[in-house]
Amino acid sequence: MQVLNLESANRTLEQVSDPEIPVLTIADLGIIRDVKTEGRWVEVTITPTYSGCPAMDTIEADIRTALKEAGWDEVKVKTVLDPPWTTDWMSIDGRRKLEEYGIAAPMDGTADKRILFGKAVEVRCPRCKSIHTQRISQFGSTPCKALYQCSSCLEPFDYFKCI
Amino acid sequence: MNLDLKNYTLFLADNALILGQRLGEWCGHGPVLEQDIALTNISLDHLGQSRMLLQYAAKQVGNGATEDSLAFFRNEGEFRNLLITELPNNDWAYTLAKHFLFDTFNFFQYEFLMNSKDETIQAIARKAIKEIAYHAQFSAEWIIRMGDGTEESHQRVQNAIDELWMYTGEMFVADSSSEAMTKAAVAPDYALLKEQWQEKVSQVLEIATLVKPEEGWMQKGGREGKHTEHMGYILAEMQHLPRTYPTAKW
Ligand SMILES: [Zn+2]
Repeated sequence: MQVLNLESANRTLEQVSDPEIPVLTIADLGIIRDVKTEGRWVEVTITPTYSGCPAMDTIEADIRTALKEAGWDEVKVKTVLDPPWTTDWMSIDGRRKLEEYGIAAPMDGTADKRILFGKAVEVRCPRCKSIHTQRISQFGSTPCKALYQCSSCLEPFDYFKCI
Repeated sequence: MNLDLKNYTLFLADNALILGQRLGEWCGHGPVLEQDIALTNISLDHLGQSRMLLQYAAKQVGNGATEDSLAFFRNEGEFRNLLITELPNNDWAYTLAKHFLFDTFNFFQYEFLMNSKDETIQAIARKAIKEIAYHAQFSAEWIIRMGDGTEESHQRVQNAIDELWMYTGEMFVADSSSEAMTKAAVAPDYALLKEQWQEKVSQVLEIATLVKPEEGWMQKGGREGKHTEHMGYILAEMQHLPRTYPTAKW
């Protein structure tokens, strides 16, 4: 059996992948806010990406399963809302993996007010890297994505939108 | 228990819940796939927000109340949502006009709530505002697209705005619980929100080449549990399963 400490708990958590975008781990997404351990007890605090994100329940269950399998006796998963999750917390590695997977990574900086007034962001085609792309829909296949199409290679693609 | 805080939390929760439930009816019926997906995504955001708020309301209600018991086992008179959220979807123009008028209100409401004196409401608002900003942009863009579109789309969206106008008044008239929450700096001053709302709505309608309706007689009652004839039907659909099979599990 492996040693149970904060470091090993973090290593285990790094293996848990996002159920909707399996190339990303929950660590890449930046939704783990805190990890506490004491003896054979571990508490993980996570924050939801979107309030209605249907993946959150699955993620919670996956965290439990992974930690139990790693030998922890008691696993507690807590959810906090504030500070709210932002795409800025996504790791550099996560952004690279997203693009390789065919999803354009979020552009830097939070959107907030900018989007209310409809200023367009520059989104790069994950296939041919062209910046001549257009938004087809603000809402894509999951709450976190928007639908774009590349004007250069004509490929439609998902963009992980900034929040 | 603080009765006013409970009522106010339910006001916020019920607006999100009923609007989300109503919008979900578009699922599989959107004019094109992308817009179908957009509406169901927005619906999901509203349901997610209502869950967080109902969980908070359930804590205040106590006695074993849960988000589910509040959503599925309350009767019509106990729901505090604005009437505009329960109105039928009708056509695309009507649905988007409804959302535009509500989303603009909702954006300014949540902008205030981000600094609410109630910590839980504040945290929920800081999360929700990001989604609500997207909703407000989406519906405003559609109003412009339809208003400044074909003769038919222009006419349909103008008719929708005209018909819906009388449901906008109650957004800005607080009930006694909201008023108490405004005094406690938990809730915005709803009369003051009206100015911000008017300005944004006028601006969008102008770009859309639409005429802003005259101030006139306004409907009210939602905040106090007096609803339109549409509310019973929406609850019947939403509550049917858990009421018929209370122990049913997903
Ligand atoms: Zn391309």
